[in-house]
Amino acid sequence: MKQPIYLDNNATTPLDPRVLEAMLPYFTEKFGNAASRNHAFGWVAEEGVDYAREQVAKLIGCTEKEIIFTSGATEADNLAIKGVFEMYKDKGNHIITAVTEHKAVLDTCKHLEKNGARVTYLGVKEDGLIDLAELEAAMTPETILVSIMYGNNEIGVIQPVKEIAAIAHKHGALFMTDATQAVGKIPVDVNADGIDLMAFSAHKMYGPKGVGALYVRRKNPRVKVTAQMDGGGHERGMRSGTLNVPGIVGLGKACELCRLEMESESIRLAALRDKLESSLSEMEESYVNGNTQHRLPHVANISFKYVEGEGLMMAMSDLAVSSGSACTSASLEPSYVLKSLGLSDDLAHSSIRYGLGRFTTEAEIDQAIEVTKKAVNHLRELSPLWEMFKEGIDLSKIEWAEH
Amino acid sequence: MAYSEKVIDHYNNPRNVGTLNKDSKFVGTGLVGAPECGDVMRLQIEVGEDNVITDAKFKTFGCGSAIASSSLATEWLKGKTIDEALAIDNMDIVEELALPPVKIHCSVLAEDAIKSAINDYRVKNGLEAIALEKSHH
Repeated sequence: MKQPIYLDNNATTPLDPRVLEAMLPYFTEKFGNAASRNHAFGWVAEEGVDYAREQVAKLIGCTEKEIIFTSGATEADNLAIKGVFEMYKDKGNHIITAVTEHKAVLDTCKHLEKNGARVTYLGVKEDGLIDLAELEAAMTPETILVSIMYGNNEIGVIQPVKEIAAIAHKHGALFMTDATQAVGKIPVDVNADGIDLMAFSAHKMYGPKGVGALYVRRKNPRVKVTAQMDGGGHERGMRSGTLNVPGIVGLGKACELCRLEMESESIRLAALRDKLESSLSEMEESYVNGNTQHRLPHVANISFKYVEGEGLMMAMSDLAVSSGSACTSASLEPSYVLKSLGLSDDLAHSSIRYGLGRFTTEAEIDQAIEVTKKAVNHLRELSPLWEMFKEGIDLSKIEWAEH
Repeated sequence: MAYSEKVIDHYNNPRNVGTLNKDSKFVGTGLVGAPECGDVMRLQIEVGEDNVITDAKFKTFGCGSAIASSSLATEWLKGKTIDEALAIDNMDIVEELALPPVKIHCSVLAEDAIKSAINDYRVKNGLEAIALEKSHH
């Protein structure tokens, strides 16, 4: 078994060798610029891009003309939100999003607030889902965009996208979703779901880094975004810049593989995830974070009370996982996503995210269970909080020296 | 982030993990930090004749650097007099463990724990607590 075991597939996924194979010719003999209209090199590159566009469109149930290739989901989020804000500013200036969104959405909204946007940040319930009544109440005649993520990157919960879209449309607003963690993992259909704009990325679904896409609806309604980059007018004028042909070909192939294998893969991963989660939940004082019914099949986020996440990861150096602990960032603030579920800071500090993927095996999960249990027990032996808990001392009654 | 070899050594083989009888008048206990902040250290000293620290134990909830800082502190405390122990500066810990800037607060916490344990011992034995510099971390 390869060490360390990779269980951080929400951060990025390894490239599927079949994707690499599809990409390789586009680095060498098929190196042309897809915008070169006058010779065969350009035509061959364009053909590769066109085919990829079809593969992407097929995965999410749209037409090829509705796909704008970008450098990734962050760029797609920026283009969608800033582009809608600028395009529709005569209609209104109000945007609704949620506190558990990725920074690519939150910081884009914060940027727009400086440029005259009014942004409502919806809170979430303790299971991580937004309250639809709260969304409805926040809608105003000035609301131009509702941007709510499909599946959360830290806890994997899936928002009620269809219902959110219906509420947005009822009030004349567009619905945008950052579906970076969902596309390729669960069925996403832009028409069935009522999505107007959707951002996603290749490297979360076994494709290459540095390429993603924005879906922009062309019919019912026809959605437009103002370009955020000026130049040669590529991608129907919405995203200038020479197309990353090998990357786009890789995204296309990755989408095709996900479409064909998603059903069996999600069943397999959910079973492994459930095995991991139920074994680790057997430990005293361990808590699963987020809604366990509506969520992505490959994510488990668990807090092990009385041990600190970074210390825990150090004890699990055979596992590549991530933690909501403050210590993993320079800010010393624990995960804002976990905190917004109402988790106390100490539980947020004690959380570990396991992200399973296409290449995760059952033997790896068995080892992850063993390694985690051993590490948690070891650190609890070192933990004064665990000792106090075992002695029946109520930790909330102690006056801690906040620092 | 890569840890220094010394941090990894203390983390994998923590010295002096355990608990002393906190009710004994020879034992001073320092409990510093807060669960919400992601680190809590409990450091205990046992003081013998001539104010010499004969034993030291710790338990720590925190990251690898916090565990290593407190483990190192217990190692240093044993055999020192109280006055020598009071002279331990957090920067000594930073240097010994090669802590990066983002982990300096772990060493500050260890220094606080030492001083707080000494004060607990002093107060138990009818001495005045020593005024501590308010640390900022």
